[in-house]
Amino acid sequence: MNVPNHGAGSSYPVLDGHSSGGRLERVLRSGRFTITAELNPPDSADPQETYRRALVLSKVCDAINATDASGANCHMSSLGICALLIQAGYSPVLQISCRDRNRIAIQGDVLGAAAMGVHNILCLTGDSVESGDHPEAKPVFDLDSISLLRTIRRMRDERQFLSGRKITVPPRVFLGAAANPFAPPHDWRPLRLAKKIEAGAQFVQTQYCYDIPLLEQYMARVRDLGLDKKCFILVGVGPLASARAARWIRANVPGVHIPDAVIARLAGASDQKQEGKKLCIELIQQIRGIPGVAGVHVMAYRQEELVSEIILSSGVLKHRDRNGKTRREAKEGALT
Amino acid sequence: MYVMRRWATRNARLLEAIYLVLAKAFHAFDPLWGWVGFHRLETSFAALEAWCKGALFDCNMCGRCVLSVTGMTCPMNCPKGIRNGPCGGVRANGHCEVRPDMPCVWVEAWSGATRMRHGMRIQELQEPCDFSTQGTSAWLRLSAENLARRAAGAQGVPAERQGMAAE
Repeated sequence: MNVPNHGAGSSYPVLDGHSSGGRLERVLRSGRFTITAELNPPDSADPQETYRRALVLSKVCDAINATDASGANCHMSSLGICALLIQAGYSPVLQISCRDRNRIAIQGDVLGAAAMGVHNILCLTGDSVESGDHPEAKPVFDLDSISLLRTIRRMRDERQFLSGRKITVPPRVFLGAAANPFAPPHDWRPLRLAKKIEAGAQFVQTQYCYDIPLLEQYMARVRDLGLDKKCFILVGVGPLASARAARWIRANVPGVHIPDAVIARLAGASDQKQEGKKLCIELIQQIRGIPGVAGVHVMAYRQEELVSEIILSSGVLKHRDRNGKTRREAKEGALT
Repeated sequence: MYVMRRWATRNARLLEAIYLVLAKAFHAFDPLWGWVGFHRLETSFAALEAWCKGALFDCNMCGRCVLSVTGMTCPMNCPKGIRNGPCGGVRANGHCEVRPDMPCVWVEAWSGATRMRHGMRIQELQEPCDFSTQGTSAWLRLSAENLARRAAGAQGVPAERQGMAAE
């Protein structure tokens, strides 16, 4: 297929074997342990609020996720945030949920986003309207995460809309999806990841991980299926502010699994916030040791200022491994 | 609640066997349905289909039935209408995040699929739902597609893509 080397709106050329010209794909393909983080969208039309939140994340992140009304709560749109972040030179991940827009709107947004310079798109089904601040809204769900992945892949690789109509310059995007290894049916979850990969997912960002044994079990099956070779897996992490917050999240945020032992540990600490941060750092270090994991995705709800500290204290950026060597080792090896 | 639906999932293997026999018998008459005219049969067949699949599966008459590849569980009962489920919001007890009293449609679908002979077809990717076919008979649609495919085959033309893999 005759594809121009530059993606539309891209300042970087699209490298051979890459789908996008973006930074996230390059870092992941280079084999480095990758960090992405979620930006909590402002309830404001002031761009400075977005920039302030991006600035604290940018120190440690390879890409910043712009959420699409997550939890079905209304905020600044993901496309709006991406536009601001691109202007400022950041590398955003555009999250698209199927809850609020139909296939006509979504495909149009994909073209607009790619033209603007968005290189990464995360395809989500989306939380239901009942869980948000507008429960009386009409849910759309024209597509689901898998058919959305397939739709955008078709736009990119076959240069076609779902209708079959031609696209002259395709959106050169790196496609992602969400995964939840911690929700039932557990035995099906790895196969579901396979289905998402078949539909076009090149990277996945998982739900919050607070249960390492369950993640290890999932990853073992993922490796057996060879899925870690076909898709980059970023495990979701985040600091818990207190035992009370943890209990609230467990009861009210769909799909978040927090074991009793984690809550007990927080409840027993003298400084719960500090303990939550410590727990998050430990989780990142443990996750890094699991074969097949490509990085972590930090979701620090209303605690963005902690993200840099957590990542830097975890030590995952000190020595970004390359072929099993630290940068320094690689450099010394090259010199001798 | 959801008694019949859950019964159907638990007996997915039996229903699959019955379905395979009935589908074969029904589609043996495809030329007859075509000769009578699909538009003439539509109303009565859609009513019949809605009645029996409604009773057994709480069918929503999407017009593109996938019951036989989704563990004999109708995916349109998912509050998000996910054709490729389950979502990440399934509760620890296997119930729906939106309707806490309802077992997740896709958890049920998986349990049905594990009982079926061709259960792993649940891994097939489903196309986005075609909302223009809502309320119409999926059986007749498949018959019409079978006839069109046969006609195309007779003319030596490769059969065109007939939309998603129905039933």
